[in-house]
Amino acid sequence: MRIRSVIAVLVAVAIVALLVFGLVSKGNSRLAVGETAPSPELPKLEEPGSGSLKEYRGQWVLVNFWASWCIPCRDEAPALEQFQKEHGSKNFTILGIDTQDLSDDGTKFADQYELSYPQLHDGNGDTGHEFGTTGVPENYLVKPNGKLAWAVAGPVDAKILNEQVSPLLPPKSKES
Amino acid sequence: MTFSPRGGRLTTIFAVLVALTALLAPTVAAAAEAPSSLRTTLNEIEEEVMCPVCGTLLGLAESPQATREKAFVEKLVKEGKTKSEIKDELVAQYGDAVLAEPNGSGFSISAYVVPIVAFIIAAILLAGAVWKWRRSSGGGDGSLPAVEGPSDEDRRRLDEDLGRYDL
Repeated sequence: MRIRSVIAVLVAVAIVALLVFGLVSKGNSRLAVGETAPSPELPKLEEPGSGSLKEYRGQWVLVNFWASWCIPCRDEAPALEQFQKEHGSKNFTILGIDTQDLSDDGTKFADQYELSYPQLHDGNGDTGHEFGTTGVPENYLVKPNGKLAWAVAGPVDAKILNEQVSPLLPPKSKES
Repeated sequence: MTFSPRGGRLTTIFAVLVALTALLAPTVAAAAEAPSSLRTTLNEIEEEVMCPVCGTLLGLAESPQATREKAFVEKLVKEGKTKSEIKDELVAQYGDAVLAEPNGSGFSISAYVVPIVAFIIAAILLAGAVWKWRRSSGGGDGSLPAVEGPSDEDRRRLDEDLGRYDL
């Protein structure tokens, strides 16, 4: 009788453990302000080699998750490029992450919108999941120390960039 | 109509050869077509890979990402790539998650191992339950429980009944 009880408890524990594992592994909690942004190594989109958000430590970085098949991404791309032209400096850059997309499609997209800021390719979407993205586009402003300063799920436009992102950037980067 | 023994033997050999040819023809034809059978189609691939964004089979997906993925597969099919080459290209683009079947390494192996282990455990439990049931029903050695014969009273009544009917 005791053995049977032990087996029953073990089976119950195993089932609960599996459920917890499933929830934890599928859980997609969005990165919160103040948390350290993930910075895995990713292939560069338009050139050989790899890159990482880590390489931009010391700079403010607006991480933009996008995909060529995403229509709102097409709408926000010109505003992002304009913002990069106005604010890009040694203190600030936009870092595009083309996610769950074909690399050729992503490259064509970047060429079409003449995106001058660096681009990485997150083909399997793992980096997006680490940030807690639920779709594209999503934007995350990362401080020079790697902590998240601001985020928005959805597309940005010139108004959002100028009213919400620009005031967070240090004066030096605004002048550069 | 008569046949000489020699003629009959030739007829038998001929019949066996015809039968063998008929049996082997499809195999030979299939072997000859082997290279083309490696060719695949979009429909075939769609049933074996995922749309990573939708989380469903590519064949069931209609999202913009799925449309691009289908176009990519179609392009590779037209280039004459085999099914495994196309899957490799998809994995290079989207990672292992694009494969509908678990890849059989790391945690994915549990998809294969868990059902087998569950089946073995269920079989052991079932065998144990049957063994226990048979033991509790009396025949510990597998034989049926002994049946007692009629009592003396029953024998007497049976004899009376038989005597009454004069059998």
